[in-house]
Amino acid sequence: MDVARHEPVIQVRDLVVAFDDRVVLDGLSLDVDRGETLGVVGASGAGKSVLLRTLLGLIPKSGGSVRVLGIDLREASVRERHSVGRRCGTLFQQGALFSSLSVVENVQFPMREYLHLSDRLRREVAMAKIEMVGLDPNDASKYPAQLSGGMNKRAALARALALDPEILFLDEPTSDLDNIAADEFDNLIRTLRRTLGLTVFMVTHDLASVGRVCDRVAAIADKLIVFTGPLAAVVQAQHPWVKAYFGGERARAALAIGAR
Amino acid sequence: MAASTSVTSPSDPLLSWTTHGDQLSAVASGVWTCANGDRLERLTDSLDRQPASTVTLDISGVEALDTFGAWLIERAVRQAKSRKQTAQLAAVPDRYHDLLAALDRTNRRAAAAPAAGGPLAAWLAALGASVSAIGDDLVAMVAMFGALTFAQLDRFTKRPQLARARDTVHHFERVSWQAIPIILLITFVVGAIIAQQGLFYFRKFGAQDYVVNLVGVLVLRELAVLIVAIMVAGRSGSAFTAELGSMKMREEIDALRTMGLDPIDVLALPRVVALVFGLPILTFLGGLAALFGGALIAWLDGGMSPATFIARLQDAVSLSDFEVGIIKAPCMALVIGAVACTEGLRVEGSAVSLGIQTTASVVKSIFLVIVLDGLFAIFFSAIGM
Repeated sequence: MDVARHEPVIQVRDLVVAFDDRVVLDGLSLDVDRGETLGVVGASGAGKSVLLRTLLGLIPKSGGSVRVLGIDLREASVRERHSVGRRCGTLFQQGALFSSLSVVENVQFPMREYLHLSDRLRREVAMAKIEMVGLDPNDASKYPAQLSGGMNKRAALARALALDPEILFLDEPTSDLDNIAADEFDNLIRTLRRTLGLTVFMVTHDLASVGRVCDRVAAIADKLIVFTGPLAAVVQAQHPWVKAYFGGERARAALAIGAR
Repeated sequence: MAASTSVTSPSDPLLSWTTHGDQLSAVASGVWTCANGDRLERLTDSLDRQPASTVTLDISGVEALDTFGAWLIERAVRQAKSRKQTAQLAAVPDRYHDLLAALDRTNRRAAAAPAAGGPLAAWLAALGASVSAIGDDLVAMVAMFGALTFAQLDRFTKRPQLARARDTVHHFERVSWQAIPIILLITFVVGAIIAQQGLFYFRKFGAQDYVVNLVGVLVLRELAVLIVAIMVAGRSGSAFTAELGSMKMREEIDALRTMGLDPIDVLALPRVVALVFGLPILTFLGGLAALFGGALIAWLDGGMSPATFIARLQDAVSLSDFEVGIIKAPCMALVIGAVACTEGLRVEGSAVSLGIQTTASVVKSIFLVIVLDGLFAIFFSAIGM
């Protein structure tokens, strides 16, 4: 909590990520301020997920610096990693629920690891989170293999939110959800943001979701960020890929819905 | 009238209250977040024990609120209401409105209660389930044999060829060729141990020449095939189960089915056929290595020259001893392969399930191999082999 208010919670400078001789990100810089919701868009294979995984310290970087809450997770000590891990929640694309634990046990898992709570309070808050993401209480005792794709994602979100994180990383959060569920999901993110001062870093393809949730958009193309700014300013962007992406028919329809 | 506070540092969570007759006014302040969860729960629970008909909770002084703090506030209000008290929140800051409203909607419906019954009932239920699981296992085994047979017959009638020759050869290399060094080593050591033990005891009767009979009959009839089968069950059976299991988890089996292909034919049959051909070969090689180990010890420890050993061996064992051993090998291979594939296809979605089925595969196939060996012993003695 003592990270300076003015300093961005996520700070990326001149990031280079390469796998063997294939450079995926080259000189990428990006800041995310506390309390803001940033949507990262880009073509498939442009490096959105690579950026996310580099931020989380899962992929080594070849150059530049990455700081999440002031710490580079890749070079952090175990202690620092612990303290940052507690303040970040991540929703992976496939959910990544622990398959041997039931939904409610999955949500309780980070609470058990990090907090000293009574069993009753832990169970009640876990159930509250499960209901807040739109799952039925009866689903809580089910195992991930028994859930549908959308339910899996909601359960994974409940786990990501288990500790009321400061930063929420979302990797394609609405990709498996139907329209109604995606709307609910967007509302949920907005609510949580407002009440918890959540910072959201969202990698997505869903432009309607970007329009409804995000304060700012960052577009990745040519291995770096070619546009950042509020969605309203995107029409003035000069980069050809950004123009093509946001100028397309689907995109305009989605943004019109999102703006409503 | 009454007041309660617990002061430690400014950002600690606080809950103080005053009672005026029937009215209880509580004021919350400080940081109401998960880090203080334990203390917060004690505070809100202590509020619970206050006698009053109206409870008002002022949360305007709360510096930070997260789901944990908000839930405790919500819970305190609910508990007060459940005791027929009038409970309400006062001076709720705007930024907390949505979170409290969201929590107000949760934990309303209880999840369906688990089936009633005490620990005894649960134990009996588990016992019953495991007994019926034995029956299911038998049915599944027989079904797998049937499916394998039909898949193989199908191959023979449509295109007379060995099932998927390329796959079969690939698996044959894995289960047989690559297993040869470890099989030779183990059977060699076992043969040597039997010879050493035999010499030790036969010497007391001056009957040390009979160590050749001991090693020859034991190895050829029983030990070579048994040790090879147990090794293969642990080495290849577990691998088959894990392979098929993870393919099931990743929906590869379903993908095969939607293509109109039978997973038994595509995946199980080549593996089982490879085992059926591989196990007799391994048994033969294992028997040779065990006899070699025995001869070596008889020479070094018992002073029996290799030529004498071979000459005595020719007297001691007949072809039928060798046949008894080698006939068992393909049958054991069939059991190991069928169990491994059955268990692999039983894997459910979770990583734990994969572990359980792999363990079950190895344990069951070793058990069945030994039971089968016993049945063969009865059979061969009945027909006088």
